[in-house]
Amino acid sequence: MSLPPARYSFGGDEHIFVELNHEMSLEAFFKGMSITNAIAQRKIAGVTEICPANASYQVRFDPDLIAPDKLMEILKSIEVELGDGALELNTRIIEIPVFYNDPWTNETQQRFRERHQDPTSTDLEYGARVNGYANVDAFIAAHAASPWFVSMVGFVAGLPFMFQMVERAKQIQVPKYLRPRTDTPKLTIGHGGCFGCIYSVRGAGGYQMFGITPAPIFDPQQSLPYVKDFMVFFRPGDIVKFKPINRSEYDAALTKVQDGSFDLRIREVKFSLQDFVKDPSAYNQQLTETLYGN
Amino acid sequence: MAIKVLQPGLATTVQDAGRIGYYHLGIPLSGALDQYSFRAANLLVGNPEDAATLEITMLGPKLEFMHDAVIALTGANLPAKLDGVPMPGNQAVAVKAGSVLSFDFLKDGVRAYLAVAGGIDVPEVLGSRSTYTLGAIGGFCGRKLQAGDVLPVGAFQGPLHTGKKLPDHLKQALPKQVQVRVLPGLYFHWLTQASGKSFFEDTWQVGPEADRIGYRFKHGRPLEFEPRERPFGAGSDPSNIVDAGYPIGSIQVPGGLEPIVLHRDAVSGGGYAMIGTVISADMDVVAQLQPNFQTQFVAVDMVQALSARAKRNQRLADLRQALLN
Repeated sequence: MSLPPARYSFGGDEHIFVELNHEMSLEAFFKGMSITNAIAQRKIAGVTEICPANASYQVRFDPDLIAPDKLMEILKSIEVELGDGALELNTRIIEIPVFYNDPWTNETQQRFRERHQDPTSTDLEYGARVNGYANVDAFIAAHAASPWFVSMVGFVAGLPFMFQMVERAKQIQVPKYLRPRTDTPKLTIGHGGCFGCIYSVRGAGGYQMFGITPAPIFDPQQSLPYVKDFMVFFRPGDIVKFKPINRSEYDAALTKVQDGSFDLRIREVKFSLQDFVKDPSAYNQQLTETLYGN
Repeated sequence: MAIKVLQPGLATTVQDAGRIGYYHLGIPLSGALDQYSFRAANLLVGNPEDAATLEITMLGPKLEFMHDAVIALTGANLPAKLDGVPMPGNQAVAVKAGSVLSFDFLKDGVRAYLAVAGGIDVPEVLGSRSTYTLGAIGGFCGRKLQAGDVLPVGAFQGPLHTGKKLPDHLKQALPKQVQVRVLPGLYFHWLTQASGKSFFEDTWQVGPEADRIGYRFKHGRPLEFEPRERPFGAGSDPSNIVDAGYPIGSIQVPGGLEPIVLHRDAVSGGGYAMIGTVISADMDVVAQLQPNFQTQFVAVDMVQALSARAKRNQRLADLRQALLN
């Protein structure tokens, strides 16, 4: 489980980029979380942005206030002090309803079909096939069965990148579109490489499209209860469990979104990486019980 | 105190010094792309140098002033007319209530900055008045200006005065051929040795996709990545990495074809290998590059990057010296 030493690089004179591992793993993500938390706690003068990512992190700084070499030394010393980092995380588990195989992402897929590896299949059919599932229903069941870690927030405002909490052999992997689309419906559930995502706003995108959620996750008006504290809902470290819903459930949720009464099921949870690695499916079962228990 | 938008121009947005502290949630820095010209415009009219201005892109708007004002226009050479009479750029000019500001065709550069004494007084969102159009926050209703918008202008502290003028040596240079200095790094070592060289040897032409998110460059030799086993989770193209944060100014080359320099409305992360980063001192230069302009990327080290930064800081200090009294 031990990671190689991190690789440090300057991104111009205002950024330091740190690759914790060249491949994705929960260990690399956890190491990034513990290092970026430690950097934040130090309140280093001149550091303006601390951005954890899937298996890397970057900081932005003002070189007039702190010399680039000096900051790099501090970051390296934090890595050494923490070792492989904390293996426990106090976080929340969130249920996100998803209308899989919905008409809007299907319509968008058809408009950009010539940019797809397999123009004769839908994104779900393609995803099912390349991951060895017998049919779309079995693929959707696997997508919704196990929870996902939010391992990075970004690209555009509030978009969560998510990593499914299953053994590597069970990870869903799909290539991105050959050429990115210029349009993606808002709140599309996407997947590219090993990462799932929820498109927080409408716009360009290259991930395969599997469904749509009625739940806004970036809301500058902050009209729904779960974004009252901040317009961006997701944080790195959140755990997401998808719940398949049908058209009438989707429509009902949308009505509630519009009148401001829609809310999400959210529970506090303590996540232990060691316990998870010992038996992922049993651990996920416990997490789901926490989500749906009282 | 307000300005009425009669015609919006191509992409006119409210911008200030930028929004700091939310990049980790995908909300980018934003703010004026050419920070030097933006600060000069504010100093000319007597504003704090980080007050909100209008960033005018290529095609100017038509604006009616609903109050007496002092304004200044800096950055791109975008000839302006006040009630049909040519108005000088790079100096503070008095405007009467009811006057209409319009623009002729762009001559040099891309982005002009219009400062109004008192500043554009839209509400701050997350500590900034800058417009982030993808997220629809900040600026005027989170978007580019539209005809019919009425922009609030803040109260100016103290007596308005005109006459401040930028000395020639402190005007923004707007060359048609530029060198953009780059600190190689990040995933530069993924390039083949030949591509690591050709990137800096070739002359690149600014593509039509050049906006606040990023600038795309064309017509250099395609860049090749060393063959390597695809890291788990990275995706299938040799230019793909496990999605990571993008430094502002970083250069990515999707598919090895067209380098993209990210600017202040950058996507905050993604899955394309970055091969280096434009140094902070040259980001204003990139902001003024027109499509089809010729660009050479020049490799520098950190010592050179910091020395260029010190020079730019000195130029800003000279600007304050010349305009603050």
